Amino acid sequence: MQRIISILLENEPGALSRVVGLFSQRGYNIDTLNVAPTEDPTLSRLTLSTNGDEKMVEQIIKQLHKLIDTIKVVDLSEGPHVERELLLVKVRAVGIEQRTELRNSVEIFRGHIVDVTQTSYTVQMAGDGQKLDAFIEAIRDIGTMEVVRSGISGIARGEKFLLV
Amino acid sequence: MENLSGGDIVIRALRDAGVEYVWGYPGGSALHIYDAIFRQDDVKHLLVRHEQAAVHAADGYARSNGKVGTVLVTSGPGATNAITGIATAYMDSIPLVVISGQVPSSKIGEDAFQETDMVGVSRPIVKHSFLVKRPEDIAATIAKAYYIASTGRPGPVVVDIPKDMTDPAIKVPYEYPKQVAMRSYQPNERGHSGQIKRALKTLLAAKRPMIYAGGGVIIDNASDLLTALTRKLNYPITNTLMGLGAFPGSDRQFVGMLGMHGTYEANQAMHHADVIFAVGARFDDRVTNATEKFCPHATIIHIDIDPTCISKTVGADIPIVGSCKTVLTDMLELLDSMGAPDSDALAEWWTTIDDWRARHGIYTADRFEASGGSLIKPQDVIKMLHKVTGGDAFVTSDVGQHQMFAAQYYLFDKPRRWINSGGLGTMGFGLPAAMGAQLAHPDAMVACVTGEGSIQMNIQELSTCTQHGLPVKIINLNNSALGMVRQWQDMQYSARYASSVYEDSLPDFVALTEAYGHVGMRVTEFDQLESKMRECFALKDRVVFMDIVVDRAEHVYPMQIAGNAMNEMWLSKTERT
Repeated sequence: MQRIISILLENEPGALSRVVGLFSQRGYNIDTLNVAPTEDPTLSRLTLSTNGDEKMVEQIIKQLHKLIDTIKVVDLSEGPHVERELLLVKVRAVGIEQRTELRNSVEIFRGHIVDVTQTSYTVQMAGDGQKLDAFIEAIRDIGTMEVVRSGISGIARGEKFLLV
Repeated sequence: MENLSGGDIVIRALRDAGVEYVWGYPGGSALHIYDAIFRQDDVKHLLVRHEQAAVHAADGYARSNGKVGTVLVTSGPGATNAITGIATAYMDSIPLVVISGQVPSSKIGEDAFQETDMVGVSRPIVKHSFLVKRPEDIAATIAKAYYIASTGRPGPVVVDIPKDMTDPAIKVPYEYPKQVAMRSYQPNERGHSGQIKRALKTLLAAKRPMIYAGGGVIIDNASDLLTALTRKLNYPITNTLMGLGAFPGSDRQFVGMLGMHGTYEANQAMHHADVIFAVGARFDDRVTNATEKFCPHATIIHIDIDPTCISKTVGADIPIVGSCKTVLTDMLELLDSMGAPDSDALAEWWTTIDDWRARHGIYTADRFEASGGSLIKPQDVIKMLHKVTGGDAFVTSDVGQHQMFAAQYYLFDKPRRWINSGGLGTMGFGLPAAMGAQLAHPDAMVACVTGEGSIQMNIQELSTCTQHGLPVKIINLNNSALGMVRQWQDMQYSARYASSVYEDSLPDFVALTEAYGHVGMRVTEFDQLESKMRECFALKDRVVFMDIVVDRAEHVYPMQIAGNAMNEMWLSKTERT
């Protein structure tokens, strides 16, 4: 099953490559990866999603802990959490009918059109992976030109938080 | 605060980290550091003939005395030559700090002369690595490197230093940190007290217990504690290839090494055990054979400082994350208050084990043909080595049949005496590792058990022995073939010896040794073996190369049958369990 792992990492050169390297080195998969510095610039927050059975995920988490640069590692999927992914998609939009249909779909999915040309719309949408998949599916026949997904970012619900 | 150049800071920091010796090889990017070495006397440098050997030598030094080994190499080929040595140390959890010169910061990424991304290349085989970005950071980085290398589960740490960081013209204040604290690295030593009690309860309730101890016990200097606990319980104990010497090899309770070439009784006892007490061992594939058939009746207690080792290959029922030393100390303190073992069940268990021993044990009778005339059995060479050295030598080995014979037949009574590349299986390890052990123990007997294949992978180090006065003894089991490869070809490839023989290309090892200024001996008759070997060890200040012609047809037995349970083994070429 899919797991969402959140990592607090020293914002050091090479730290990210150690995380990524660990996955290829040990034969694990990274489905999505998302990383940026936190409000404390010495720290990076990384969210990655992976697939594997219980045993493999347990090993992944332990191996991530073992990296010298990691400060905290949690499996968000273990408890209630919020996960979001940003989608940017450029869609062919020619003629009133197509443009109207697209605008309707974007509205239904609560997205925004952020760029417009004579022949295309660029749509921005946030949500969990399933919602974005569903939107891409819904507009497939219209003709997607380019799809960019940020990968999942996640945070635990409630009072739990990840800090040094 | 004193102002020093980066080069001087490197060496000053090494001194302040307690480093006495650095093994290495100079080159362009490291020359500022080498110049700093030249201008002081605290840190001594030993020049090797190949960077791989520098790392193995530092590794042998570290394994034999428990200190952190230190290596200095230059960028590019110097750094990449060190890689095999670093990987060897990583697999066996050996504390090393490897300092590599790097091209100047301004040139990084430009494919400069002798540029290699050392941090990148070494990433999967180091515990951690650093690229120094400011001369001001050198001292703190080196302090961190030694702290990380030596604490928790030890391992090699690379410090890559661009040449401009060590520029003699740039001086910065030097201060060695009094202590190292890292928010992202805080190894946990203490085991969970509830788990320790649960483990003891399970251990004491066992009817057929087995203690399975690995290299972690030796690394953590916990052999005395393990021995005390094992003796108090009167339980049988087996050691892994890396753990030999953690419990005295000549003790009655020791059932021999376990695993692929483990003893019959050790593998049987593991398979039939109802409780396995694993201490500082990692259930390596060379131990477990097929994991799904591994020890079907056993409740597994597992102590390890590295949580990733727990339930990695074989699930632990009672895991304890902690250092061997602290957990065994806690266990010994609690033991008396927790009751006593079931003595009737234990007596019955010992009877079973003694019966296995008598039937097929390699120590109860010779399981190989008798040596005589020009037939010298490799096992007999190891037994003779044990006899001549009184079982008290530091024995290093390379990789192959000779390594297994040494592990099986040189009964190690003390920790840190058996030095071999167990995890990575690096041919060429033995001679440089012996140099390291000899440096750490100048008056001790140091023997490198090797074969004519392995020794040629770092034979150039005979010259290093000359330069630095390291009188190691080389016991070359010469069967004119890559013995272990040949054994597998015999067993699995219908004796098609693809590239495991040399035709007539082997050198005259005696002449070669003499060319390096050492003593060479060739032994072809069994009745010369003892006198020649005594002569060899009597030459205390000389390197002696004993080229001993051994039986080419011999195989290492027992040998587990792949894909099966632990206790399914070949016992000889024709006999299996």
